[in-house]
Amino acid sequence: MGIIRNVAASVIVIRQSSVRNNHKIIMSRRLHARRTDGVDKNVWVEFTQLAADYKAVNLGQGFPDFSPPQFIQDAFCKAINGGPQMHQYTRAFGHPPLVKNLAKFFSRIVGHDIDPLEDILVTVGAYQALFSAFQALVDEGDEVIIVEPFFDCYQPMVVMAGGKAVYVPLRPREGSTVLSSGDWVLSAEELASKITPRTKAIVINTPNNPLGKVYKTEELQMIADLCIKHNLLCISDEVYEWLTYDGAKHVKIASLPGMWERTVTIGSAGKTFSATGWKVGWVISSEHLIKHMKTIHQNSVYHCATAAQEAVAHGFEREYEMFGKPESYFKQLPAMLHHKREKLASCLQSVGLQPIMPEGGYFMITDVSSIKVNLNDQSNTDEPFDFRFVKWLIKEKGLATIPVSAFYSPEHRKEFDKYIRFCFVKEDSTLEAAEDILRKWSQQE
Amino acid sequence: MSIARQVLTCSRFACRLVPINCRRRFCTSQHIMMSRHTHTKRIEGLDQNVWVSFTSLAADPSVVNLGQGFPDIPPPSYIKEGLAKATSEDRMNQYTRGFGHPSLVKALSQVYGKVYGRQIDPFKEILVTVGGYGSLFSTMQALVEEGDEVIIIEPFFDCYVPMVRMAGAKPVLIPLRLKPGKKTITSADWFLDPDELSSKFNSKTKAIIINTPNNPIGKIFTRDELQMIADLCIKHDTLCFSDEVYEWLVYKGHQHVKIATLPGMWDRTITISSAGKTFSVTGWKLGWSIGPEHLIKHLQTVMQNTVYTCATPLQEAVAQGLVLNYELMGKPECYFTSLAEELEVKRDRLATILQEAGMTPVIPDGGYFMLVDVTSLNVDLSHITDDEAYDYKFVKWMIKEKKLAAIPVTAFVGDESRKQFEKYIRFCFIKQDSTLEAAGNILKNWAKS
Repeated sequence: MGIIRNVAASVIVIRQSSVRNNHKIIMSRRLHARRTDGVDKNVWVEFTQLAADYKAVNLGQGFPDFSPPQFIQDAFCKAINGGPQMHQYTRAFGHPPLVKNLAKFFSRIVGHDIDPLEDILVTVGAYQALFSAFQALVDEGDEVIIVEPFFDCYQPMVVMAGGKAVYVPLRPREGSTVLSSGDWVLSAEELASKITPRTKAIVINTPNNPLGKVYKTEELQMIADLCIKHNLLCISDEVYEWLTYDGAKHVKIASLPGMWERTVTIGSAGKTFSATGWKVGWVISSEHLIKHMKTIHQNSVYHCATAAQEAVAHGFEREYEMFGKPESYFKQLPAMLHHKREKLASCLQSVGLQPIMPEGGYFMITDVSSIKVNLNDQSNTDEPFDFRFVKWLIKEKGLATIPVSAFYSPEHRKEFDKYIRFCFVKEDSTLEAAEDILRKWSQQE
Repeated sequence: MSIARQVLTCSRFACRLVPINCRRRFCTSQHIMMSRHTHTKRIEGLDQNVWVSFTSLAADPSVVNLGQGFPDIPPPSYIKEGLAKATSEDRMNQYTRGFGHPSLVKALSQVYGKVYGRQIDPFKEILVTVGGYGSLFSTMQALVEEGDEVIIIEPFFDCYVPMVRMAGAKPVLIPLRLKPGKKTITSADWFLDPDELSSKFNSKTKAIIINTPNNPIGKIFTRDELQMIADLCIKHDTLCFSDEVYEWLVYKGHQHVKIATLPGMWDRTITISSAGKTFSVTGWKLGWSIGPEHLIKHLQTVMQNTVYTCATPLQEAVAQGLVLNYELMGKPECYFTSLAEELEVKRDRLATILQEAGMTPVIPDGGYFMLVDVTSLNVDLSHITDDEAYDYKFVKWMIKEKKLAAIPVTAFVGDESRKQFEKYIRFCFIKQDSTLEAAGNILKNWAKS
């Protein structure tokens, strides 16, 4: 490296005069930091653009096309008009009313006294919570086990932190008709076999995006046992925690014995209150882990927007009072989505597709291998089947979805490239428009 | 964390959580766990932060707070109304474009296209970030790594050094120096020694960070000074990160010059701005980086792997504020002009207050901070025995005894420059007149006693 730098330095001297005259020759040295190598591709950028270009009925990207509930919008308006301090910096690690209400609300659920100032960090969406956790806890050479299918950002975040991602897939149970996300399970042996002395953490997502699996207590206990035995951390992405159906119960792995001090639990106001554009999220964990995430936070974004935090604080205050009651948004939203889930499922089944019923979340994946279609595209035939299918579906049928192999590691992508993901947190009119497209299509064949 | 501390912490855990007969085994495994799950190397030594210590001290409502830099004056009403209106639209409460809400980047392209005198591509040459802070972070993470050196001018906004270190690089510091012998000191009397600056550049230098108008001194780098820096950047083939969050706060007789507009500099400069400072809404946490595509694209990669998107309704409201003021640019009603005029009056008032109290302020040419030399107050703090610099002790003492908060200036310099700056404290003057008068009363009584 030293020799190369010396040569480069002398090249700079020679180039001096040409640089002044020709602004195109910028720097003879490498510009970008190595940590950005290999993390520049992004499935959302590509597919959201495509959906917009073709004005497709968008069941692709995961956000509601309806509004957040009135009470939270009112809370935001109240905050906006709430005096000058609402528009200035608040406490860097979390607006005091918000962390107090989060602590109060979640202590009851986790069964642990959560300290609002020491055990919570508010972040710019759950996305930044994930980033802070990886940066604070994953060092060069650490291995991080990721359960597939996974929300796509986990892998580049692990890589950017200098870590190595190790994958273990959920697999459909032997002999099941694989029609429910509950039938997709982790093999304890397979998971245990992935653990090495360099393993630092395991990342789970429950309810899972894109599959919709809601991990049962026994399944979490199996993971917890391994975490304790091998002294691992657990990063638990629980942004869809309120969205469970058919009596499935969301269980927090942090509430299992021995797990509070080694689990980082991530939540999202965007998913909780159907306001993804507010970008308020949080991490709840034990003080000794939170403090390192605070260091990352104070050296990256430092503060989060005040008024949005104030509004979310009010949201949690209201939900604390309403908890378990029919007026609770945490009951109403899953009820509303349950109906939409049924609607989408029957629409897919009516055209001969076999969706996997999600126990939670607001995504549904379906196997499209039974569809005979000539993709007839000039695109890259190296691309997995589902990528090409989704692009064809957007262009030819005006219906946008997301290819599921985007949520798999390169090594397992080929095994799972026949599924596409639908998002059903959409107005009924959007779902009906999708239904129309599918019905017309099946009638053509 | 020391081993002793770890053991103590683990035994505290054990006593709280575990039945007695398991305590010893649990304590051992806790100890192993704690020692294994310590922080990553990238944050080694970066946990301290001046704001965390001083904001809590100044939070006492009886303290007149001229410390942390945020307005206690309200933002323009149309900005707040714009936000309320934005949240009433469904689509504005959901995710927008990751690298910047379309209406915002288009408005930025318009405003800055005019300022720079060049066409700025809204999608490729602009990135919207979580405050100016987020832009600094994205820039460092995208373009700075182990083996690099980054030149930082003292006094500097305190986050530059930890961000450079977190990126694995080495900060190289150079102080602004005061021209001696003047009676009334302004920020223009602080200068960079050209030979000294030149000596800091070498083949490892990746970038130089400049901040103009400067926090805390308020210096506005002149065109000649920027040209001197630019010449070195071009000669040594380095990047320039220009923090210009106070770009509109320029007082009479001075002009803010963008180093990116100097020949040969557009292609190697990232310029950082802040909605919080522009519209007096620091709590909105929106900022932006402007630069050439071949640099911005790496910042965008960092963005998509850290925060991904910024809040939609806030971006929409800022976009509307920019569009409104774009029409007014050059006119006195433009907020960019009117805010500077409002602040110039406050600047002069604070300077007078400080001078009457027998102190020597450094009159800033820009920004909303003022440095003041407290030597003449002759406060004897030798009874306070901690290792802290004089200004840290002074400010803590002043908050406690005089109920007036400021920020110690050595927070903005490296250890080697401590002696040069430890008699200075920083006041913020983007405050209501009543706040400034309250400070004036404290200082008046102080001078009497």
